[in-house]
Amino acid sequence: MKKLINDPMNVVPEALEGMAKAHPDLIKVHFNPNFVYRADAPRPGKVAVISGGGSGHEPMHVGFVGYGMLDAACPGAVFTSPTPDQMYEAAKTVHGGAGILMIVKNYAGDVMNFDMAADLLRGEGFQVESVLIADDVAVESSLYSQGRRGTGTTVLAEKILGAAAERGYDLQRLAALGRRVAENGRSMGMALTSCTVPHVGKPTFELGEDEMEIGIGIHGEPGRYREPLKKADEIVERLMEPILKDLPFKAGDRVICMVNSMGGTPLSELYIVYRKVAEICEKSGIQIVRNLVGAYITSLEMAGTSITLLRADDEMLELWDHPVKTPALRWGM
Amino acid sequence: MPVMRDDVVAWLERCAAVLEENRDYLTQLDAAIGDADHGANMDRGFKAFMAKLPSVADKDIGTILKTLGMTLVATVGGAGGPLYGTFFLQLGVKTANKLMLTPEDWTEALEAGINGVIARGQARPGDKTMVDALLPALEAFKEAIRNGDSFGKALQRMAEAAEQGMKATIPMVARKGRASYLGERSAGHQDPGATSSYLILKAAADTWANAT
Repeated sequence: MKKLINDPMNVVPEALEGMAKAHPDLIKVHFNPNFVYRADAPRPGKVAVISGGGSGHEPMHVGFVGYGMLDAACPGAVFTSPTPDQMYEAAKTVHGGAGILMIVKNYAGDVMNFDMAADLLRGEGFQVESVLIADDVAVESSLYSQGRRGTGTTVLAEKILGAAAERGYDLQRLAALGRRVAENGRSMGMALTSCTVPHVGKPTFELGEDEMEIGIGIHGEPGRYREPLKKADEIVERLMEPILKDLPFKAGDRVICMVNSMGGTPLSELYIVYRKVAEICEKSGIQIVRNLVGAYITSLEMAGTSITLLRADDEMLELWDHPVKTPALRWGM
Repeated sequence: MPVMRDDVVAWLERCAAVLEENRDYLTQLDAAIGDADHGANMDRGFKAFMAKLPSVADKDIGTILKTLGMTLVATVGGAGGPLYGTFFLQLGVKTANKLMLTPEDWTEALEAGINGVIARGQARPGDKTMVDALLPALEAFKEAIRNGDSFGKALQRMAEAAEQGMKATIPMVARKGRASYLGERSAGHQDPGATSSYLILKAAADTWANAT
């Protein structure tokens, strides 16, 4: 294992210490339990939007704390969900008197830990709603499984819901909007290389020099197919087909498109991917009205990409354009 | 003798020792169908509890079990934290203010713990989870008590049923948790959660073998 670290056991706290020093104007970091929260929290009268998940997906979620996005984010150990005491303390710290919205990715551990935190908070009289993101079309059959994993749509949901909370949406309206975003987003990812969890020390799976894994999750879980490596255009077609078919996206739809790096893929290659995504959308009569190209929801140093399309209505687009100021996403201010 | 407070403490100490011994075994089971952290997570949780145990060992059984539940919730993470945390919290709720346990107390506590696990994880029998070890164990214990077995003997039956339930998960196709993403490929592997559940119940049967 070759990593720029001091001690595998201290990766999460040392990264948080660095974040706090880099962005004192935007965020504060609380340790034991660990959470990152807005420097100006609590915001009276605003619904507090919180999220969290395993570490190793940075900038998600901790990089999205700040004006117009999250009030707090709870990082677990690398690829392990956070514990209820983190969400409980984070929610109490940022609660502005208008309730708490939790954005949760659909993994058994995340769902149960957030549920327990919500139970504890409700027991103390807080109003809590949660939005579950389950957008990964690589998980085909949800009938006999945990259901689809939460991936790229989470980033778009955090931006849109954060803006809505900033504009004064109440908790119920915010939760309803969140469910609409979750229903209209679809993602799929692929890997060129595996990744190494620091405290494990060896790659999560082995992938040959000439192989790729299609339909991976964001924790280095096995994908849907292992295949010989192909050219970028063919790979994009392979990812876009199940995404488009699933919702389905239709001619005339307006979408927000994210082309995401799994951590190790350079921006130049992401633009090669975006070029083909845009071409496929044009041919299908689907209009990409906003886009994000970069590393937003990663799996450590894995090389690979994921594509997310969100069918957006006027309300979502207006909220997308609302100013945002976080360590990892900033515009309009 | 019924199960006394000090017997409960001895059971939990034994759990911590057994989970430490089986740390790598549980992790290997989890590596095959999950994310290879179950052994390490359970060991971390019980070690954290052992550090707190001296401060609650002279309290009632409910307080001791609730402290264990809260510690697991805050230190284990993943799915195991909320599930085992809920299990021991529910055990603690049913044994609040008690300094000893009769077979009836244990039945009620175990039943509440298992119902808590089912409510939290939404798993049904046959989904290849800890429920597949816990539910048959509860049924076997109740039946043994109905048949007039001693407390200790009934606990033995409970542990045997948990072991059978654990082994019965091998051919099952997972329908809950991360193993469910593997679909058919999850068959042929013993469920790590059912295995840790068996180890915990076996520790009770071994520690309380002479209970009446």
